[in-house]
Amino acid sequence: MSTSSLSTVWKRDHFIKNPWIRWTIIIAGTAYIIFALNDIHFDMQRMREGWPRAVDFFHRMVPPDFSRWPMIQKGVLESLQMAVIATTVSIILAIPLSLGAARNISIKWVYLLSRAFVVIARSFPPIIVAIIFVKAFGFGPFPGILTLAFTALGFMGKLLGEAIENIDPGQVEAVRATGANWFKVQLYGVAPQVMPRYVGLSIYLLDINLRASTIIGIVGAGGIGGALFNAFHRYEYDTAFAILLVIIVIVLGMEFISSKVRGRLQ
Amino acid sequence: MFSVKNLVKKYPTGQMALKGCSVDIDKAQIVSIFGPSGAGKSTFIRCINRLVEPTSGEVYLDDVEITSLKGRELHKARRQMGMIFQEYNLIERLTVMENVLSGRLGYVSFLQAMFRRFPKESIDEAFYLLERVGLAGYHNQRADALSGGQRQRVGIIRALIQHPKILLVDEPTSGLDPKTAMIIMQLIKDLAKEKDIPAIVNIHDVALGQRYADRIIGLTEGKIVFDGPPAEVSEETLTMIYGEEDWSKTIRKVEDEEE
Ligand SMILES: Nc1ncnc2c1ncn2[C@@H]1O[C@H](COP(=O)(O)OP(=O)(O)O)[C@@H](O)[C@H]1O
Ligand SMILES: [Mg+2]
Repeated sequence: MSTSSLSTVWKRDHFIKNPWIRWTIIIAGTAYIIFALNDIHFDMQRMREGWPRAVDFFHRMVPPDFSRWPMIQKGVLESLQMAVIATTVSIILAIPLSLGAARNISIKWVYLLSRAFVVIARSFPPIIVAIIFVKAFGFGPFPGILTLAFTALGFMGKLLGEAIENIDPGQVEAVRATGANWFKVQLYGVAPQVMPRYVGLSIYLLDINLRASTIIGIVGAGGIGGALFNAFHRYEYDTAFAILLVIIVIVLGMEFISSKVRGRLQ
Repeated sequence: MFSVKNLVKKYPTGQMALKGCSVDIDKAQIVSIFGPSGAGKSTFIRCINRLVEPTSGEVYLDDVEITSLKGRELHKARRQMGMIFQEYNLIERLTVMENVLSGRLGYVSFLQAMFRRFPKESIDEAFYLLERVGLAGYHNQRADALSGGQRQRVGIIRALIQHPKILLVDEPTSGLDPKTAMIIMQLIKDLAKEKDIPAIVNIHDVALGQRYADRIIGLTEGKIVFDGPPAEVSEETLTMIYGEEDWSKTIRKVEDEEE
């Protein structure tokens, strides 16, 4: 053996071993960022002009104006309702969907169908889905709920489906061996293994839906977002700020609750 | 009582795991299947309760032909065969009691199973069996809090509470220390005798298998190469099953312990 194999100098392999490829990627990447910054006219002149306007904008937002409280309250409650209904519907529908989207449980054509739905549901941002549903069903919370449930199903179908794919097959096999039928196998062999994940994702989903429900109102899909949009439109920045504060409080509250619940799930 | 005829399993990979195996068991005896790793022992046992679909052949349990059953009929046949696993395969997040009662899943409705409304007789029997194997007081423990030996006891009860007509046991002791392994084998033997049912036990530990079995079957490369009482297992037999090796120590060890 040569002495080099006894050398005490050790270097970790580069992620990309070939130095030519590595340096090409680094140089090209840097060049692209410089080019891109130029292209979007990120210049100091515009920063200087914009800054006072932003400051003025913030001045007009304080103090927040809660005098339109009944309207704010109505919007908030509607958002909350939308989020709760959409979450409930989607966590129930997520069970068959994610079983369908799990390769180890599903059969071929159900799997492909479920996966196709998940891919489609995940590829549209909520705001785009909301625009489509508002066009189809008119203004109000109904298209909003559909929007939230649709995107939520994409989210749950993917993450819960993957959780199901990663379960221990031995436990499923043991339940099958007792003579349990397909449904009872899901109940005893699969459900206990993914239950903490399911509950965690459901709470997280409520969290996501609550945030989204405050935004999709901007395109007319109900909730507090519409009120926020109107306030900006009428230059009532103090009212807008009041609404923003309420949204922040709700989101933080939800964050708190969801971390508490998830903490309890070991 | 129980009969396997010309069982063949060819996996989709092309692997011929079983090349026509026939076994008849006509009394409540412990049948140990010996064979090197990859011989087809697990495949054999899994083809019996159709966790693996056999390619051809027949399996009879009390005149019911199992390989042709479908759906509900298959589930009914499965609940008459208790299976005990190498990795215990308990439902880790459920309690000991729920694991034991899962052995009754073939008998209760979906809603009963969902709301854990098992018949009183089953619960009484579960308590009795837990005490019988030395796990009294463990019923509300989660399965993942148990040691290997304790888990396998739960695995044994789960199989027994099915009221099976046969036990299918796949390497029950390979994750256990030698002492616990012997206790578990003794327990399986005692309970099988108590219920008067046969047990097919895959085992790679020759000494352990010989000690607890009434009958040994040697399986090599998917073929049965030996079938006889433990006393007839000689060095030549073991060489035939496992290949060339110095077997004198293995065999003598059993005789020593017997004295
Ligand atoms: N699911 C499977 N797919 C393909 N080949 C398999 C599968 N399970 C087992 N085999 C093969 O079949 C043969 C027998 O395996 P197995 O029954 O597990 O043997 P043993 O339990 O005696 O160790 C081995 O060659 C193994 O690689
Ligand atoms: Mg095996």
